[in-house]
Amino acid sequence: MSRPLKIISNPSVFIAGAVLFLLYMSAVFAPFIAPYPYKLQNRAYPNAPPTSIHITVTVNGKTAFVRPYIYRYALSDIHSQTYREVKDRRYPIEFFAKGKLFYVKGAEIHLLGTDPLGRDYFSRLVYGGRISLFIGLIGVGISFGIGIVIGTLSGYLGGIVDVFIMRLTEIIMSLPTFYFLLTLAVIIPAGVSSSTTFMLIIVILSFIGWASFARVIRGMVLSLKERDFINASRAYGDSIWGIVRKQLIPNLMYYTIVSVTLSIPGYIISESALSMLGLGIREPDVSWGNMLSEATNIEALTSRPWVLSSGICIIITILCLNIIGDYLRARIDPHINV
Amino acid sequence: MLIRFIIKRVLLMIPVMLGITFISFVIISLAPGNILSSLKMNPYISEKTINMMEQAYGLNKPLTERYVLWLWQVLHLNLGISIYYHASVMRLIMSRAMNTLILSVSVILVSWLCALPAGIVSGIKEGSYFDRVIGLFSYLGISIPAFFLAFILLLITAQTGILPTGGTTSPLYGLLSPADKLYDRLIHLIMPVAALAVPQTALYIRLIRANIIEIKRSEFVTATAARGVKRSKVIYVHVLKNAINPFITLAGYDFASLLGGAALVETILNLQGLGTLLLKAVMSMDVFLIMGNILIGACMLLIGNLVADIALIYVDPRIKSRV
Repeated sequence: MSRPLKIISNPSVFIAGAVLFLLYMSAVFAPFIAPYPYKLQNRAYPNAPPTSIHITVTVNGKTAFVRPYIYRYALSDIHSQTYREVKDRRYPIEFFAKGKLFYVKGAEIHLLGTDPLGRDYFSRLVYGGRISLFIGLIGVGISFGIGIVIGTLSGYLGGIVDVFIMRLTEIIMSLPTFYFLLTLAVIIPAGVSSSTTFMLIIVILSFIGWASFARVIRGMVLSLKERDFINASRAYGDSIWGIVRKQLIPNLMYYTIVSVTLSIPGYIISESALSMLGLGIREPDVSWGNMLSEATNIEALTSRPWVLSSGICIIITILCLNIIGDYLRARIDPHINV
Repeated sequence: MLIRFIIKRVLLMIPVMLGITFISFVIISLAPGNILSSLKMNPYISEKTINMMEQAYGLNKPLTERYVLWLWQVLHLNLGISIYYHASVMRLIMSRAMNTLILSVSVILVSWLCALPAGIVSGIKEGSYFDRVIGLFSYLGISIPAFFLAFILLLITAQTGILPTGGTTSPLYGLLSPADKLYDRLIHLIMPVAALAVPQTALYIRLIRANIIEIKRSEFVTATAARGVKRSKVIYVHVLKNAINPFITLAGYDFASLLGGAALVETILNLQGLGTLLLKAVMSMDVFLIMGNILIGACMLLIGNLVADIALIYVDPRIKSRV
């Protein structure tokens, strides 16, 4: 059953894991990575383009490499909001200064430009990952927790409990999921704190998510139930909870890890969809989803295509999770070909 | 036999529908405020008018009574009045459902037409160059959400102008000749269908490929080959037939996920569909319109599942004997 983990021998899985680790770390250490607070508005720099970073200096026709520096930007036309670089002096980028990963003294650095309120897009991206990445993780964790408890009980107890629970999961699974999500989102009152919204979205996603987990777990418990080691445990006089905890749940562990990994993308997409439509995380708080709502404005989309950068982060995250999930699944069951 | 199965399934749908609508009803009533909240803020509308409206729409009655009243209406094929649009919910939904239905059906057709040959070839020629390219495509495809593709397509069309940027029809649609009308609708469909079909195709390719490989390795195929049946016959008759069967049902079940994806793509590309209608309803807390949408969505879903199950009976004789 358990072959040794050969992640290193599989480069794509290794890279996916590293990227995912970096994404989660940058979310955790957002105040360190992001050069500016995500709410900080700089009304003098609305819709600024990404700051270009220079590494060469040309003096008298000779080009030499220097440490990275930037130029100051100035509005050249206030109506079309176009900017130009002011090359009067160079501002070197300082790394690990002032408690930030990178910092520029005397000038603004916007790696991905700014939004209409002059907020740094890169900083918002880093902070937005906090919500989007952790909603997936916590949401799946909670749905799975509920699913595993209800599923094992349903499978183990059988009878009327089983029938009732299975009908309930059928109802939840026959819901037009996204329509129902939209409807559920009306519960979130306007003007509550961001952490409350965060929790409510998780509750909403788990409310729908537990059903499919519970059904699969029930099926697995049904097949495990008649195995000898469970009978032995029962003969020793273990309680139902003892059997569930000590025998059934450890046996479901493999399935759990795989399906958690492969379910997180769905939660991330749901959160971003809700926030994009203005029903999830709301301004001035930031998630990858609500950053995308700016892209629904075709004017913004064409003049500043980098508004899609949060979408690219979502895709990278999903891709990495899929690669890792597939690898784990193939390891557990070598017959599955993906 | 089949009739009995269908009747049984339809009867089972009744408690499910009751459950879905009741849960939705409770949730909407849990939400803070209702459609009259914004009117209450308006100093020009007197409290008397608000109370009158509350009575007219039955908003002051207890939850269960409102639900029963709504259900009674629905049984008479009346989904109530949308307060936001001042129109019958039934007519609103009918005018939008067609667009969403056309979109979803086109997506299913297009993704099947692309996925079937690609998945089959890639499964049969496992490990070939073609298989790897298709594998890479399907991997990217399942990781890119449809709404993001919609953004990308919107960006491309806005920059190049090769297709209309969103909308269901052109502004001058009413003045066009029937042939031009059809053409106008078709070119407006290209973008949303492409955005939704790419992830769907990728998913189907992976499933078909995995299934073909699994059957290729199963015992009955080895046995058939051992009996001296030609390799091409083994693959194109025995493997294919068994590998494709389960996917006939998939089309029906995929309706649910498509409806969700379609709702997002409709919003981004500004299409007139059920998704955008529901979003408006949710934003304005228009109870009957929300309920109507959920009801229609659930109906489409359950009918899709039923059709899928019936199709399965036709293609898989093992199931027929169990019905």
